[in-house]
Amino acid sequence: MSAKTGFKRQKLFSSLLVNGVLAVICLIWIIPALGVFITSFRNSENLFRSGWWTVFPHRMYVETGEIKLDKSVDVNGIISIEGINTTFEELRNGVMLPDGRKLTWYGNKRTRLIKVSELKWQGFETSLTLKNYRDVLTGKEISFKDGSGQEIIRKGNNLGGAFLNSLAVTIPSTIIPILIAAFAAYGFAWLNFPGRKLFFTIVVALLVVPLQIALVPILQDYTRLNLNGTFLAMWMAHTGFGLPLAVYLLFNYISSLPRDLLESAFIDGASNFTIFTSLILPLSIPALASFAIFQFLWVWNDYLVALVFLGDKARVVTYALASIVGEKGQDWHLLTAGAFVSMILPLTVFFALQRYFVRGLLAGSVKG
Amino acid sequence: MASVTYRNVIKKFGEVYAVNNLNIEIADKEFLVLVGPSGCGKTTALRCLAGLEEVTSGEVLIGDQVVNDVPPKDRDIAMVFQSYALYPHMSVFDNMAFGLKLRKVPKDEIKRRVEEAAQILGIEHLLKRKPRELSGGQRQRVAVGRAIVREPKVFLFDEPLSNLDAKLRVQTRAEISKLHQRLQTTFIYVTHDQTEAMTMATRIAVMNKGILQQLDTPQNLYDTPGNLFVAGFIGSPSMNFFPAKLEKADSKLVVKADGFSVNIPDDRAQPYYPLVGKEIIFGIRPEDIHNPTFLPPGIHASNVEAKVDVTELMGNEIFLYLVSGKDSYIARVDPRTRFAIGDKVQVAFNMDKFHIFDPSVDRENPPAVR
Repeated sequence: MSAKTGFKRQKLFSSLLVNGVLAVICLIWIIPALGVFITSFRNSENLFRSGWWTVFPHRMYVETGEIKLDKSVDVNGIISIEGINTTFEELRNGVMLPDGRKLTWYGNKRTRLIKVSELKWQGFETSLTLKNYRDVLTGKEISFKDGSGQEIIRKGNNLGGAFLNSLAVTIPSTIIPILIAAFAAYGFAWLNFPGRKLFFTIVVALLVVPLQIALVPILQDYTRLNLNGTFLAMWMAHTGFGLPLAVYLLFNYISSLPRDLLESAFIDGASNFTIFTSLILPLSIPALASFAIFQFLWVWNDYLVALVFLGDKARVVTYALASIVGEKGQDWHLLTAGAFVSMILPLTVFFALQRYFVRGLLAGSVKG
Repeated sequence: MASVTYRNVIKKFGEVYAVNNLNIEIADKEFLVLVGPSGCGKTTALRCLAGLEEVTSGEVLIGDQVVNDVPPKDRDIAMVFQSYALYPHMSVFDNMAFGLKLRKVPKDEIKRRVEEAAQILGIEHLLKRKPRELSGGQRQRVAVGRAIVREPKVFLFDEPLSNLDAKLRVQTRAEISKLHQRLQTTFIYVTHDQTEAMTMATRIAVMNKGILQQLDTPQNLYDTPGNLFVAGFIGSPSMNFFPAKLEKADSKLVVKADGFSVNIPDDRAQPYYPLVGKEIIFGIRPEDIHNPTFLPPGIHASNVEAKVDVTELMGNEIFLYLVSGKDSYIARVDPRTRFAIGDKVQVAFNMDKFHIFDPSVDRENPPAVR
């Protein structure tokens, strides 16, 4: 009986531990994202004055009155006020009264002004707005106020256009490598040809080549071929960089399909191409989807390749986002809104295909 | 409909002989079962016929045509796999129709053939389902159905019953036999289960270590096994073997084992005279050892003293685990027998049905002497 409850307690404890650690990790990840999310909805004036957490109800010191010191009081000596004795330096830092009020000297010694403040509850910030999003999406003139209330006018970042450019880069850059890799993986997994192992090793070994090394030579070739700044250049670059992983991932999955299935199809009279289209492709959908998500997210979030091969000719989302920071380093309200715009599509893709994502990560590693 | 011939077929994997000089002639409409322990090369032999493996040397013929270089799809065969190999993303109908579609058979003809096969197998109501929605037995039927619709010359079965539970296996066994009657086509069936082989086959090919041990009808295989391996493999529980010596006493041949000696009846003694004085292996099946009280009439019985080790009541019979000298063996006796564990009892060997193997010819696998 007691052994049983002891076991139960141990189980409870370990599940608490696991869940506790997970909760902490989640919080560490979520809090900054939440900060960015909230900031993107605050109006620019407030944003420069207080932190994002102040949108929630909280207690803070609110000014409730002021005391003007008489001329007779020596500001360099002991100051008697509201029943306590204090000095100018202490007042500058704030002095607590026994009843909870706080006295703070305002300005320099000559003002002789002391502000009285009290801790009070503040409600939700009500001035949240979608203006930041409108401003960051448009390419037209926009105006906003900075922290000191000054009006600033400038051109919008045209993130809407960049969004379309990103789509034009990302979609073909996802589909092309999948098509090539699926064929290659089938070949490597199920066809017998001389040098099969060697070629496969070479393809997989290409995984270790850092992208940065290849950038300059490819750029030179593109310049010679007059491909710089075209979408085609981007598609080719991303296909090339994505293929090794794609072939490897799909190979693992396709080679784990039961041999009987393929042999049965052979006897049924199927050619390799028929087997590929009517058996391998439909059965590999989890692996294909998982790689599609990988590649999509990677190309969407890519900045380096886009910067080198596309640059200013067709700004993609990451490029536009970077230039929000660059044009004037303090437009936080635009930057946070832009960041969330750029995140919408990856998040949608991830949640829509989440089940494939997890299954695909496990592909080949777990039987059944 | 066609005959199948293996002519000196050798299949090597690296340096290992999976199939070693296989010669079998399978007549048209025959039901041949390839049987043997796992790793004996029976499946490899079947795969060579299907075209899934290339033979290292020798010839495989279907009808009169050498098919060594003919791709699987042009051999006009159909195969049922152990795992059934149903296409998981297709409905039962599409699974069965797959091969016909690839062969560009007209649509209404496909429909007719699939429905006919489904009706034969009693799976008409399953045609729209996916394989994962079927039970093991139903999947097995679909796999057979997929083979039937092709109307091939030769059916190949690779241990199709091994994934079914015992009851379903017995039932399906009978159905496959019926199917063979109905289709009148050549069936080649691979199994490791000698019961399946005995119940279904017109002839059985017993294989071990890549070598064909014996090829005969089930009854002949059972009654006159050619060597020790076949004798031990066919029959359940398997034959009892005793290392023994053959001696001559008073013009009678006597088998002297460690715990007993039995006389060979005169009418069967003739072939064994050359073995007098030699070491032999004496074999007798469990059902040929009787309780002397319930002896069948008209047999040459020879009594042997034994100690009862274990008794197992099966209802219609009793398995006795006996010990005589150093040898332990099994007897299947009449259920009225009342022997208790530890009893010293007399059992009767039916000396009309014994086997003698000569280890001086082949130590590993002595041939039978008749």
